[in-house]
Amino acid sequence: MPFAGWEMPVQYEGIRQEHVAVRTGAGIFDVSHMGEVETSGPDAERFLQRVLSNDVTKIPVGGAQYSVLCRDDGGVLDDLFTYRLAGDRYLTVTNASNHERDHEWIASHADGFDVTVTDAAAGWAMIALQGPRARGILSELIEGEAPARMHATETTVAGAPALVCGTGYTGEDGVELLTAPESAERIWDALAAGGATPVGLGARDTLRLEVCFHLYGNDLSEDRNPIEAGLGWVCKLDTGFVGSDALKGFEPTERIVPFAFTGPGIPRQGNAILTEHGEGTVTSGTMSPCLEVGIGMGYVPLEATRPGTPIEVDVRGKRRPAEVRERPLYRRES
Amino acid sequence: MAGESYPEGLKYHPEHDWARIEGDEATFGITWFAQDQLGEVVFFDPPEVGASVNANESYAEVESVKAVSDVVAPLSGEIVAVNEALGDAPEKVNDDPYGDGWLVRVKLSDPAQVDTLLDVAAYQELVKGAE
Repeated sequence: MPFAGWEMPVQYEGIRQEHVAVRTGAGIFDVSHMGEVETSGPDAERFLQRVLSNDVTKIPVGGAQYSVLCRDDGGVLDDLFTYRLAGDRYLTVTNASNHERDHEWIASHADGFDVTVTDAAAGWAMIALQGPRARGILSELIEGEAPARMHATETTVAGAPALVCGTGYTGEDGVELLTAPESAERIWDALAAGGATPVGLGARDTLRLEVCFHLYGNDLSEDRNPIEAGLGWVCKLDTGFVGSDALKGFEPTERIVPFAFTGPGIPRQGNAILTEHGEGTVTSGTMSPCLEVGIGMGYVPLEATRPGTPIEVDVRGKRRPAEVRERPLYRRES
Repeated sequence: MAGESYPEGLKYHPEHDWARIEGDEATFGITWFAQDQLGEVVFFDPPEVGASVNANESYAEVESVKAVSDVVAPLSGEIVAVNEALGDAPEKVNDDPYGDGWLVRVKLSDPAQVDTLLDVAAYQELVKGAE
């Protein structure tokens, strides 16, 4: 399946099987389509504080942080992870379809800052290793200790230099590995030999939706601001980032909610959501392999955002009963 | 998932449905090719028993994780049974598309329509062309 210029498998063996492998064991995902932008120089921190929504000064060296990139009017250009590799050097991971725009946007704001903004996408391949067994498999192959959650370490994996990041998109423990493209196959093969199951794009989507992580292009877009998208927590308005002025005092009339069907059916992107307080729209929907019901996320009127609120989703003319839920929709039984 | 097969003795519709004719009734399902194109079936939305179906028109939907597909009736008639087991185990459509993965049973209103359907050789030709 072609995606933003990349050939990517939707599945290797089967979406449900791959999904369960990540929830119960470990899965590996080739996410080399993700882009990277490197920002370095004496003003790197001050500059990223201006373009990224979160408080960049809170990232320690070897730390990671989630944020959004906003237009001046607050519309979301992308959601991103930024890793602080050194005091004056950061790596920001972009979504494939936004990468060029992100890079141009970031670079275009660099006037007056002593920084170098580099499109580093061609220099990195990315493999996600996720699941309860992920760290066990990694421990056999990594030199030194694996980084804690939301931290990153430059080390070697299977003998190849890699940036190992304690982040992911599945709701499971695990890491994301950034490495040179020529080393990716070696690391992939070593992780697979260690027992990790190859997982395609299909299960990547069902996994992230069960834990309510946003997908840009579905749940996030330039037409939505981060407050509506439930990402106010990554927007530190007093840092003065681009878009913060528009978000100050913003009162949303709609907000994104997770929901689950209480009967049959599968919600799909674009389906109308019917509530007592007006209509909304499904932005992501699927059949949850773990919960075995239709699940999704969508924007609904503010009055209908409380967990437990009954709603209906119009799936190709059939009104399917559903209920607003708390996030995440799926949580491991502990 | 089952291996590719197209049983003798079934009648096939070019929209990748099969019909097993038994007197004035028939069982409908989707072919191996259809389930393979769709991927893992996660939901079957059956019609109601008693509903009428028209040949060449959609009578139900099957959904995989990624896609929704209309299921086209190979023949006209009235639904006399639906495969309730697919409610809990829709993957039967993948595992056994001509057996446990059947979709509906229909009382035929015009058995002569059977002559418009393809035999296995003609359907296999069609599938070969689609690949």
